[in-house]
Order: sequence, then C-alpha cells, then structure tokens
Amino acid sequence: MKVTIALATIAAATLTAGIASAGTMADVQARGKLNCGVTGGQAGFSAPDASGAWHGMDVDYCRAVAAAILKDPNAVTFVPTTGQTRFTALASGEIDILSRTTTWTFSRDVDLKFTFAGVNYYDGQAFMVPKSLGAKSAKDLNGATVCIQTGTTTELNLAEYFRKNNMKYDPVPVENNGDVQQKYLAGACDVITSDGSDLASTRSSFKDPQDHIILPEVISKEPLGPLVRQGDDQWADVARWTLNALLAAEELGITSENVEKLSAGTDNPEVNRLLGKEDKLGEMLGLDPAWAKRAIAAVGNYGEIFARNVGDKTPIGLARGQNALWTQGGLMYPLPFR
Amino acid sequence: MAMKSAAPREPFHLSMLFNDTRYRARSIQVIAFILLVLAAAWLVDNTIHNLAALGKNFSFGFLWSTAGYDISPHAIEYSSTSTHARAAVVGLLNTLIVAAMACVTATVLGVSAGVLRLSNNWIVARLMTVYVESFRNVPALLWIVVVAAIMSQAMPTPSAFRGDNPTASMILWHSVAVTNRGIYLPVPDFSHSLGQLNSAFGALDLNYAAVLCVLAISVLARRSLVERAQRVQSASGERPATWWKSLLVFALPMITLLYALGFHLEYPALKGLNFSGGLLLRNSFIALWIGLSVYSGAFIAENVRSGILAISRGQTEAAHALGLSPRRTMRLVILPQALRIIVPPLISQYLDITKNTSLGLAVGYMDLRSTLGGITINQTGRELEAMLLMMLIYVSISLIISGIMNVYNSRVRLQER
Repeated sequence: MKVTIALATIAAATLTAGIASAGTMADVQARGKLNCGVTGGQAGFSAPDASGAWHGMDVDYCRAVAAAILKDPNAVTFVPTTGQTRFTALASGEIDILSRTTTWTFSRDVDLKFTFAGVNYYDGQAFMVPKSLGAKSAKDLNGATVCIQTGTTTELNLAEYFRKNNMKYDPVPVENNGDVQQKYLAGACDVITSDGSDLASTRSSFKDPQDHIILPEVISKEPLGPLVRQGDDQWADVARWTLNALLAAEELGITSENVEKLSAGTDNPEVNRLLGKEDKLGEMLGLDPAWAKRAIAAVGNYGEIFARNVGDKTPIGLARGQNALWTQGGLMYPLPFR
Repeated sequence: MAMKSAAPREPFHLSMLFNDTRYRARSIQVIAFILLVLAAAWLVDNTIHNLAALGKNFSFGFLWSTAGYDISPHAIEYSSTSTHARAAVVGLLNTLIVAAMACVTATVLGVSAGVLRLSNNWIVARLMTVYVESFRNVPALLWIVVVAAIMSQAMPTPSAFRGDNPTASMILWHSVAVTNRGIYLPVPDFSHSLGQLNSAFGALDLNYAAVLCVLAISVLARRSLVERAQRVQSASGERPATWWKSLLVFALPMITLLYALGFHLEYPALKGLNFSGGLLLRNSFIALWIGLSVYSGAFIAENVRSGILAISRGQTEAAHALGLSPRRTMRLVILPQALRIIVPPLISQYLDITKNTSLGLAVGYMDLRSTLGGITINQTGRELEAMLLMMLIYVSISLIISGIMNVYNSRVRLQER
C-alpha cells in the first residue's frame, strides 16, 4: 500500500510540475541559456566552424535574442535539428526557438500550432545541376534523378512542379544536407533542389563551384523565418520584435559600431525609442530599456548580418535582391517602434 | 467462501495476504497488476493532458488528405495527389518486398555458410568462419551504408554510357546497366498481351496470371508423376527415371504459352538524362537488401550450424553404415532432425530482418518508416497517431510472420507419440 501511495504522490508531483511551468521567457531567464534550434550545418545560415563556434544568419538572430533577454549573446545552446526533427523539438520544449531556414506556411502556422516571428530571408526553391548535364532550364529536367532533403516544403513543391509541367522524375530522399551534397557530387543524382540560398551556400562549399549552375526558375515562395510555440504571446512578442529591431536598426542607420554613441540620445525620436532613451518599450516587453541596444551591439543590424554571413563578399555571394529594405526596392519592412 | 474452506481452523486476517505463503504469491501479483494499470493510466493521462496543452487533438483524419509527395518505387498506382493512407500502403509494400527478398537471400546464404562451416575442407570452413564473425559483429546499419556507398561512389553515372566512345558499357549482352543510381534490368514483355483486369484493389496482369496457372498445373502434373514413380518403386523395387519427364512437364507447356503470348525482354535504354525501360533496382533497395541479407545470413549460419552439431554423430555413422551417400545423409537424416532446432531461432531472424528494414531510412529507401513515419509526419505534424499506427502495423506483420513460421515449426518438429 505504501508503495502505491508513494507512486501516486510521485505521479501527482510530476503532473503538477508539468502544469506549473511558467512562460518560456521565465524559463529561459531561470535557465540562463537560450535553447535555439538550428540546422546541422548550412554555411551562411547556421554552421559550426573548426573551433566549434556557430556562425550564420540564423545563429546571429538567436544571439540577438539572447543578448536582449539574458544580456549575453553567447548564452545560447545551439541544438542541431534535421528537417524531420525540428518541429517535434520545438513542440516538445526541447528548444525555445527554432531559427532554421523554416518556411512560413499556412499549415505550419495553423495546424502545427506555431507562431512565426517574421521573415528573416525571402527565398524561393530552385534547382542546381552540374554544367556538364547541359540543362539550361528546369523544363529540361524530364526524367532526372532528384536529390531532396526530406521533411521540407521542398518535397511538395517539387512534386507539384513536375506534375504541373507533366514531367517525370525519380526522387532520392536524403535525411540531411551533408548527404545531399555527397550524393550529388558522386553523381548519384542529376539535380539537387532546395531553397536558392541553400543551393548557393551548398555550391560555395564545393571544390569547384563554377562547374555547377543554379537554374533560373524559382518554383516557389519560401519566406524563411524564426518561429516559436503558439500560445505564449509574450515569448512570441520578444521573438518578433527582436527581429524587427535588427531590421529597424538598418533602416535607421544604427550599426554595431555607432549603437553605443546613438544610445546616449539623438534628435531622432524613433532611434531613441528603439534604443530605450524615450518611452518604455522594453518594459512593455518584460525586458529592460536597453534590450534592443544589446541585440544590435551583439550582432549588428540586419544589413551587417546579411553582409557578414551570406553577402557578396562571402564565398556564398548572395545579392540582397528582395531581401533589401523596402526603401531600396526590397521586401524587408520593419514594423514601427511606437 | 473459498478462503474459509482453504483454511478452516484459522479465521482470515488481512495480514495473512502477506504473511501466509498460500496467499502471498497472489497478492503480489494483484499489486503488480494494479501498479501496471496505474502506470499505464498515468502515461495515457499525461499524453492527453500534454496534447491538450499543445492544442492538438487526436485524430486519424489526416490519412485521407492529399499526401503531396512522390514515392519511388511504388508497387501499386500512386501519385503525389494520392492520400497519406495510400502513401502508407505503398511504403508498407516496399517494406514487405525488401523484407521478403532479404529473408530469402539471408536463408540461402545462411544455410550454405552454416553447412560449409562444418565442411572438412579447411579453407572453405575457415572462410565461412571469417564471413560469420565479420558480418555478425558489425551493426547492420554499417553494412547497409557500406553497400550504398560502394554503389553510389564506385559505379559509373548514366552519362558515362553516352556518346560515341562511352567509358562504361552495359553487361550481359547489353541487357543490364549497372549505374550509380541503381541496376537497370530487362523486364519480360508480351507482344500478344492478354491485357489487364482492372479491379478496385488494383490491376491484375492477365499474362502473369496465365503463366502462374500453367506453372501450377505443371507442379500438379509432376506430383502425380513422382507418386507414380513411388508406386512402381515400392512394387518392383526399381525406380523409373523421372527427371526427363519432369523437365518435359515443366518446359513444354511453358514454352508454348510464352511463344503464344509473344514473350520477349524489354531492355533498358539510355533516353534523355537516364535509362528508361526495364526495371530499376534502386541503390537504396540494393543496399538495404544486400546489407540485411549478409548481416542476418551470418546469424542464420550459426543457427544452422548449431542445429546440425546437435544431431549425434551416431546418426551420421548409422546412415553411412546403411550405405547412404554424404549428401543423402545430410538431406534425409541430419537436416530433418536439425530443422526442429533451427526453425525457432530462424523465426526470430525473419522478424529481425523485417523490423530492420526500417534502417532503409539511412539510404533513402521509401519504406513504411520513411513514408508514414517520416514524410507524412513532417507534412501533417501527427507524430503520435502516425507512430502508433506504424507500431501497430509492425506488430501485425511480426505476428503474421511468427504465426506462419510456428505452423511450419509444428510440421517439422519431432513427432512424439
């Protein structure tokens, strides 16, 4: 009998412990570390370097969030996830935020019960082939063997595109990005298909990138962005507005170099509000006034992040294109800080 | 009442449940059962609670929505507009195909290796020891990946077959192309085809049905032939030669039928980016099939060896004394007795092979695990439902296999009277 009672007590205690967990923000602050889900290795977006330090756009975003909440951009545990494991990891609470070139779609937002914080990269699905294949357009790919990373929107777009154009293909599903590259380079597939940025990143890691071309067709819209679990609005706000702070910083001309000087006060009220000199935006968010300042100081504004990780000076060499600010003809439109 | 009659003199006390050996075993069982039920209830409650907290309901409705992804190979009609349920069935068929193939080859490999390991030939016996020890001591996954790597890295690409001066060429009289995508084989084709019979469950190819019918009739005819030979042998002591009659019974009707149907082979040919026509055994399939076969074959070899060694040496000597040749000794005396030792662990091996097909995920084989348990979960987010369904399917397959094998086992086991 005693055993039963003890077990019942343990069960009850575990149950209440599950219920009693507060918001994600409180959890992160109590833990002192942000658990951020990233890719296992996609140069420019999230990949560890030789010393094990993570770099990339998605990594920088997580560092910005950590700087805003925990006042330390290095207080992040990066959790590598695959296309298959990422949503389970987020839904189960293994990670606090998923920043892993994830496409914002209706079903993920509504059916899988996630909240997207915004878009940090506007992308589209494309095809990469070896030059020797002789294909000039995606329409030339009838009968091709196509390597795809499984568990992505890529699979569905690919099936739809080939069906629409009445073409056949042979899909080779591969679990992770590294295997895709290795299979493609060995010639086990004619084509790889993925988001354009991913293909550029993959190509940059090849020994002879000039032997491969990315075909001109872009067959889908892929707005990539960080996401959190649905139902924790405070946490979603932190995620959304940290992203917007990085974008607004570029719009307002705040960089990691001048942020210290500007935070002392300027004659631009919007800069002052963002950096915590005027109004109390940080407190409304449940943080201190200098949250955005720390985020920008840690990783720079969106333009700096882009240039450092994937810009045309890097081996990946992506142009800003539709990822430029709206003032420069792009789609990046930071929401007003007011 | 029963308690009173069991212990008429002593009145029953609650403490006797633990102190009295007559009740203790039962009360411990009851407590264990209650604990088990409590634990299960807690798990279920916890799951429901957490699902509710995540705002998810428990429903299998997703099975009837459009899958949206392609699967190759698919044994039944399937396109990306089919439902998730159909995708799961396609995956299940792929699982069953590779499992059946691997069971057959593993058995052939295992029985040969097991018998040869007992060979008197030193080199053959040692070679088989090396095979068994090296293959059963490395995880199955590694063998699968090794085969996949060899196939995709060492074989020529389809483009190597192209041009006036190709670096690779098809083998076996230009009928088989070994490429790094897989092996293209010729397939039978019929120029005077009987067509197909379409039903709700799929299309039935009448040509193959006709071939199977003729084959069945031949088997029956041969059986009566052998029975007649047996009767003659028991009457006269002399067995009439049956081999050429058997050959005739099989070959003549089959050749006539195939000729009438216009049987020929359709060869794979390089068309566009890849070979087309013929049958493509994809790398993923070959890797999984070969990997599982050689791995499980090593275990089966040991089962076979243990079964044979368990038969007393006297049996062999007695058979030899009767003048039976070593081959007939093995076939008529040793193996029938050894089978009853070999079959039960063989069932486990077949179950292992079937479950290990889920390792195909590593090489991109689209089995049940990568369709229902992989892409479908990703596209719909129904982890719990899909996993439960998948477990149910694997349990059913395993129970069916062990059921069939147990029937076989009861037929080969020693008849005790």
